[in-house]
Amino acid sequence: MEGLYGIPVIGWLIQLVVYVIVQLPLIAPTVVAAATPITLGALCGLMNERSGVVNIGIEGMMLTAAFVAWWTASLTAQLLPVTGGPLGITPALAIGLIAAILAAMAVSALHAWLSISVRADQIISGTIINIFAVGITSYLNLLISPHSPPSAGSFDDIGLPGFVTGTPILGGLVKAFLGAGPLVLVMLISVVGLQVLLFRSRWGLRTRAVGEHPRAAETVGIDVIRMRYRNVILGGVFAGLAGAYLTIDFGDSFQGEMTQGTGFIALAALIFGRWTPIGSLGAALLFTFSTGLYRSIQFAPPEGALGDVLAAVPSQIYGALPYLITIIVLAGVVGRSLAPAAVGRPYERESKTA
Amino acid sequence: MNAIGPALRRVRDVALLPTIAILLALLFGAVLMILSSPLVKGFDPTLPLTSYRALVVGAFGSTTGLVNTVVSAAPIVLAGLAVGIGFKAGLFNIGAQGQFLMGAVASTMVAITLNDSPAVVAIPLSLVGGLIGGLAWGFVPGFLKAWTGAHEVVTTIMLNYIAIYVVAYIISGPLRGEHVTFARTDTILAGALPVILGHDGHIGILLVALIVPAAWWLLFRSTIGFEIRTVGANPDAARYAGMRPRWITVFTMSLCGMLAGLAGAMDILGQVHYMPASFSTSVGFDGIAVALIGRAHPVGILFAGLLFGAMQAGAGLMQIQAGVPVQMVSVLQAVILFFLAAELIVRRVVRVRTPSAGVTELSTVSRTYGEQTGL
Amino acid sequence: MITEPTAQPADRPPVLEMRRITKRYPGVLANDGIDLDVRAGEIHALLGENGAGKSTLMNILYGLTTPDSGEILMNGAPVTINGPADAIRRGISMVHQHFMLVPVLTVAENILLGDEPMANRIFLDRGAAHDRIRELSRFFGTELDPDVKVGSLSVGWQQRVEILKALYREAKILVLDEPTAVLTPQETREVFTVLRRLTTALGTSIVFISHKLYEVLDIADRITVIRRGKVVGSRIPSETDEDDLAEMMVGREVQLTVDRGESHPGRPLLSVTGLNAKDDRGHVVVHDLDFEVRAGEIFGIAGVAGNGQDELVGALTGLRRPTSGRVVLDGRDVTGASPRGLHDAGVGFVPGDRHRFGLVLTFPLTDNLVLNDYYHPPYATGLRRNDGAVTAYAEQAIAEYDIRTPSATVSASTLSGGNQQKVIVAREFDGDLSLLVLDQPTRGLDVGSIEFIHRQAIRRRDSGVAIVLVSAELDEVLELSDRIGVMFRGRIVAVLDGRTADREEIGLLMATGGRDSGIQPQIVEQAS
Repeated sequence: MEGLYGIPVIGWLIQLVVYVIVQLPLIAPTVVAAATPITLGALCGLMNERSGVVNIGIEGMMLTAAFVAWWTASLTAQLLPVTGGPLGITPALAIGLIAAILAAMAVSALHAWLSISVRADQIISGTIINIFAVGITSYLNLLISPHSPPSAGSFDDIGLPGFVTGTPILGGLVKAFLGAGPLVLVMLISVVGLQVLLFRSRWGLRTRAVGEHPRAAETVGIDVIRMRYRNVILGGVFAGLAGAYLTIDFGDSFQGEMTQGTGFIALAALIFGRWTPIGSLGAALLFTFSTGLYRSIQFAPPEGALGDVLAAVPSQIYGALPYLITIIVLAGVVGRSLAPAAVGRPYERESKTA
Repeated sequence: MNAIGPALRRVRDVALLPTIAILLALLFGAVLMILSSPLVKGFDPTLPLTSYRALVVGAFGSTTGLVNTVVSAAPIVLAGLAVGIGFKAGLFNIGAQGQFLMGAVASTMVAITLNDSPAVVAIPLSLVGGLIGGLAWGFVPGFLKAWTGAHEVVTTIMLNYIAIYVVAYIISGPLRGEHVTFARTDTILAGALPVILGHDGHIGILLVALIVPAAWWLLFRSTIGFEIRTVGANPDAARYAGMRPRWITVFTMSLCGMLAGLAGAMDILGQVHYMPASFSTSVGFDGIAVALIGRAHPVGILFAGLLFGAMQAGAGLMQIQAGVPVQMVSVLQAVILFFLAAELIVRRVVRVRTPSAGVTELSTVSRTYGEQTGL
Repeated sequence: MITEPTAQPADRPPVLEMRRITKRYPGVLANDGIDLDVRAGEIHALLGENGAGKSTLMNILYGLTTPDSGEILMNGAPVTINGPADAIRRGISMVHQHFMLVPVLTVAENILLGDEPMANRIFLDRGAAHDRIRELSRFFGTELDPDVKVGSLSVGWQQRVEILKALYREAKILVLDEPTAVLTPQETREVFTVLRRLTTALGTSIVFISHKLYEVLDIADRITVIRRGKVVGSRIPSETDEDDLAEMMVGREVQLTVDRGESHPGRPLLSVTGLNAKDDRGHVVVHDLDFEVRAGEIFGIAGVAGNGQDELVGALTGLRRPTSGRVVLDGRDVTGASPRGLHDAGVGFVPGDRHRFGLVLTFPLTDNLVLNDYYHPPYATGLRRNDGAVTAYAEQAIAEYDIRTPSATVSASTLSGGNQQKVIVAREFDGDLSLLVLDQPTRGLDVGSIEFIHRQAIRRRDSGVAIVLVSAELDEVLELSDRIGVMFRGRIVAVLDGRTADREEIGLLMATGGRDSGIQPQIVEQAS
């Protein structure tokens, strides 16, 4: 029996691997594009959770930033010259980007205030942000949509030399990552930079200590409250970049509730990536690869029985896969993923008992 | 002050802070409307009056409005119980949304299958379908929490999205109707809930009217409720006292799932009468807000749910008469929650000295987030 | 072994003076005009009961709490200490009772944290730091690997890391809060040697907080006793003894041993044979245990914390399933029975951690008093609870066990520690019992509550209950037990007569298990 089933399965596996390698340069751009806001959102979550604050409001922060980026850019585009510098960076888009970052930092500051100073439940704080963001952006979007300003456009891709992009397979991959546009580049730099900082710098050491055992950190003179405030608010920068990416880089318009769960996949990527920047990027790429593969199968299915099987799998399975994987990882079926120990607990500075 | 009896004082104690939060939210909404009025027609400081009047008239000004309020409130109250009972067990059920969807799709599957049967068969079985759909989506995170330590906040968020894909698959695939222009099912006939009040007042509201006191009895008068509350307050002490926290966690999450699933079934069978592939709803998230405003108490949830139902019922008229988009309601809801979360600050500003409006069991929820160990 | 200091510390000027320190918490005057001075190179013990205000005073010194009034002088000049960073800068370091170490960080990272050597403005200089830590750790006679995760070190070595943190910061004043609570007698001796060496070699001043009389007599140059937030007096060890210190500490003459009367053991009620149990990490920590407890007898279990007592208690009370062996209660095999099964079989259990297991702090006393009886008549009929019966029972229990509370409906969190423990005792000592398991029944309590609970235990012994008493306080075991089993590395290595047992002999058994080679390993195990 085993022989009968074993041989075609191995054959299919080989065929699938070959198929994926051949298709990779074609699907890579969509995979990287979809993974960018997820990774940036995960970095926002990382800044929060590594310092001991749960953030389930990434979605709302991104949505707010997406709206602010688009609206600010559109408004300023009517006042400022639309001719751009390199990478399509017009003054309007630059202002939109900055506004998006500031908006997300403001929302993060609210989250910080509620979770750190008010010591409200951090999950509730995130829920409030999500509900509020959906309400306010849709509300304003509906008010302005009848006489909506024209789009301010979006950033351009980065032109790479022909000898790089011309290389088979590898060239396509390099182009997908490095040639996709300024915000993808910023994302890659952020991932590497945060990874190094988290494990090699003083800031990183203190952040990890504050997220694991805030009282121990305080007894060696670290200001836990300030550390958490700073990290949570700085985390907003990444949510701002993620939101801006959706409306002035990858796309050039805004629709109500357009994040559609990206912020929650970001949370999933953070957990699957074991609370590290590089892990989060890897998780985001894996998650988006499944949808990329689905498109590729629709477009050019592999030949023979394998193609029939893959095409018969409902598209929804590919979509649900990231969420399913995250549950499986959390359940410890494939290794444990452990959150920073103090995450979710408000920190009280003064010892109350004798 | 001395004139009011202890019972009234208790009502005042529990209702004062939520009421203040609601008033502050309305104030915030008014400011927002005035500030954003130039975007539409030019600056209009009276806009809040027009729109709030329309909101109130839409919700309470007519029999239809009142019925709409109650009908909109019914599933929200159920979803609120689905979150609130979870709170009591120290569980944060963010998954009411997914459980709602699964209940909706499961009841639709039964109702479509039984479309040619008599209503006495189709209605109860369709409702049971909703219960089972929600149960499945509640059981899984409960089981994972109890036996593997996977935190329910994350697993239920993930299950919410998986539910969206499951619904999309079922409705656009096997259950897609025959003469429909977009991906939706046929119209539910036999399984549709009978109307007992006005134009839309289906029998589901009666069901909710029975479930609320039942939930109260279960939580505060029964031994199971005592176990649920003990696990919520201190799972270790519960185990020490001979209770079984794992089973109680699974039981509570399953029960919550069933309540949210029933809400989904009620929405489909009572109001929409068909199910689209992408069913846009926020009842599950309204449930979180309602559970928090109602302090996880069934009676509080009932009132908070009626408030949300009224806002939904009145929002349409508000949009028509005042040109204020219905999304204003979400803004108001979020701001109410904000003022409740920041109750310490509110309390200091308005100088009230009632007990905390918080849900104490929430500390169990967040304490376990970083631990992620089984019970 | 220890070189005598050349000049007596008493001749030196004080490096630290705390004057008229007062600190009030809601309902408690934690510190009431406390004066304390510490001289250079001196070990100054701060002795007091639990809750006397020792920790509050030290938290003030370390800047974790601000006093309501009073002043702190260092080397004669007044200072204000606004936080730990301030304290550290002024040369004050503190080793907390619950270690302030981050388990997932390495030894080096824990030591450097807050005072990191930098390669440049952003990145750490690991090389220099590691050399320094290696050098400092020679102080303990052994080199410590800076790259080991702290979570994998034994408790004794974790404490050394804490002391290294102080050395790294070149502390002039070192505060140790109950440092020996978690150590074996042998580790305690080693720590004492290190502390002596610190004072002589580096001139460090040490404030040593404790409630153990013989310990402070052993280590201190001077002893200051505080009671209910006030200084009662100061003594020099050579001019005082345990009785004198105990009286100062408690405020009245204390009988260091209660009158336990004659016991009349009957037939064996509990018999344990070949019992094995694992800890949470899956290591077998209870090995082939055999013992019997008879009706009307208190069987005490002595041992340094972490030698399998918790797991034994868990196995006896249903919180932990034994991996093998048999537990027979009054002729019935109850091996692996659930907590409820054991409760129904007549087992009462006072848990070691009362806030974690014993009480639901947010619940009223009524619910707490029926926490494990809520489900059966008269407290419930079917699924329905009978509030009337619960309240009636609660009021009776409150009167009988002298629980000081305004009413039966206040939440348990509002009671004092002693009264909270009385709630548990009332619940667990009541009714038809065959076995009582008392795990650290008086930990953290005031002397009055301790006496009350000891009297109740003797009362139940005399009513024919078999009692297993597990306590980290050797004195408590010696006071109450008819027989004492000494537990060492999961085994009962000796059973002694409780009335004739010798403190020193038990101490030696606790430390070595009766063999001379019982040196504790450095690293317990490498947890990844």
